[in-house]
Amino acid sequence: MKYLYYPGCSLKGTNRAYEESVLASFRALDIEIEELEDWNCCGATAYMAVDEMKSFALAARNLALAERQAPDHPTLMAPCSGCYLVLSKTQHYLEEYSEVSRTIDGALQAARLSYARQVHVRHPLDILIHEIGVQQISSKVRQPLRGLKVACYYGCQIVRPYAAFDDQVNPKTMDHLMRTLGAETVDWPLKTRCCGGSLMGTLPEVGVPLSYILLKEALKRGADVVATACPLCQFNLECYQDKMSRQFKERLEIPVVYFTQLLGLALGVPERQLGMHRLLVPFTLPAARGGARVHA
Amino acid sequence: MKEWQSWPRFRYEAELDLRFPEEVASMPGGRALFACIQCGTCSGTCPLAMYMDYSPRKIIAMTRAGFKDEVLHSFTIWLCASCYACAVECPRKIKITDFMAELKQRAIQEGVDPKRFPVSVLAREFFKAVRKRGRSTESRLVLRLYAKTNPLKILDQALLGLKLLRTGRFSLHAESVKNRQQIDQILRAVDAAKATAFVDKLARDVRREVAHT
Ligand code: SF4
Ligand code: SF4
Ligand code: SF4
Ligand code: SF4
Repeated sequence: MKYLYYPGCSLKGTNRAYEESVLASFRALDIEIEELEDWNCCGATAYMAVDEMKSFALAARNLALAERQAPDHPTLMAPCSGCYLVLSKTQHYLEEYSEVSRTIDGALQAARLSYARQVHVRHPLDILIHEIGVQQISSKVRQPLRGLKVACYYGCQIVRPYAAFDDQVNPKTMDHLMRTLGAETVDWPLKTRCCGGSLMGTLPEVGVPLSYILLKEALKRGADVVATACPLCQFNLECYQDKMSRQFKERLEIPVVYFTQLLGLALGVPERQLGMHRLLVPFTLPAARGGARVHA
Repeated sequence: MKEWQSWPRFRYEAELDLRFPEEVASMPGGRALFACIQCGTCSGTCPLAMYMDYSPRKIIAMTRAGFKDEVLHSFTIWLCASCYACAVECPRKIKITDFMAELKQRAIQEGVDPKRFPVSVLAREFFKAVRKRGRSTESRLVLRLYAKTNPLKILDQALLGLKLLRTGRFSLHAESVKNRQQIDQILRAVDAAKATAFVDKLARDVRREVAHT
């Protein structure tokens, strides 16, 4: 089975390590993926704020292209939470509201496209746990993440409100995956609490404390690393640590990686292929550290 | 400022805009507005409530009562991070997040969104970029955002920019789809459909008025 891959703008830009690690770890698992040809930005929450119908129309073009590219079993994998949400939401609205359905079909027609509602939008976590399965994954682990304590951060938008693949309040798929890879997962209640999203860039006075709370709690619970499943979450939690330290007058440092980077490491993929060199707060596996924990 | 001066001004019913709740409720799923029981669960769940001028529960109540000006001028709608925490907890299954988005759209349409407030500036810049190229490039958006709101902030972020540059995460190359024409056709068609719907609604309203007189 081949999956179509929808990168979204973020995975081609500042957060390309997510793309690199998704591609490399899926390759290591022999899962075939193919990029959606000529995809466009899904519209995201910011577009939704300006014109919701247009955001549905933009997302629908991607769905229509997916159907065209893989007519038999179009499954569209979207690793970015924002994209995942918008694509799922669009499908929901097409089902639920006839006026949306009519307008969007008309708009697609004007561009000689059509969408037969066949696409299945999925997050890589969903595919890994529910399609590939932990048994298959654990049989390919070459370097177990022993001794590593991971705080799994799902963010808000992959489990709320349209996703059905995990619990909305206490999701477990990433924890399950991490334990399969040999890591320990810390129990923390902030798994799905919002990191501030784009407010970090627009209103840091508000965004910084929101992300700070998450990291502080992860450290308190003894995590060595935070694993994320969304480019914006990763960016907020990693790139603003200096700012948090300044604002809260304490040195705060903890690596924040993509869950696919940890997956890749466990599968024995070379660090460079996983974009590990793009991290601002470097991360190394406990084994590679020779037992000596480097901790701030 | 004395505390009472920051309190909302009292409003007489005649000053309220009673068409406003109906307009907002015309969005998909919008009738749910009238099902709110004012339990406050949304405000209790919202991680941003403490920064908001009106809590999510109040926004729902005020929308329903016709406090159009206050609602559309509120910071609340721009602070909502679309995290959906409220929406999944609401006992009446009200899509509060979608109401916030709808109110943002209305504020922009009415031209009352805060012009130099970065949240709405970003939304509009993003919209323009995607309209033109079909894709957005974060680094370019961020630069435009700072240029339009607070150019000094670029200096504040210079160190971060440098780090991103060094790790190959900062590129100003503008991403674009190949078939830009198709994007244009789709978006134009949506505009056309909206215009038709607007004219239809107008015709219906006129007919109703005529029937009344
Ligand atoms: S949601 Fe963000 S990452 Fe996804 S396509 Fe839109 S801009 Fe790009
Ligand atoms: S946690 Fe933050 S970045 Fe992640 S989906 Fe939620 S708002 Fe977006
Ligand atoms: S949670 Fe729902 S019912 Fe309760 S106040 Fe908020 S919108 Fe109303
Ligand atoms: S969606 Fe908006 S209003 Fe609802 S909890 Fe999140 S930030 Fe608050």
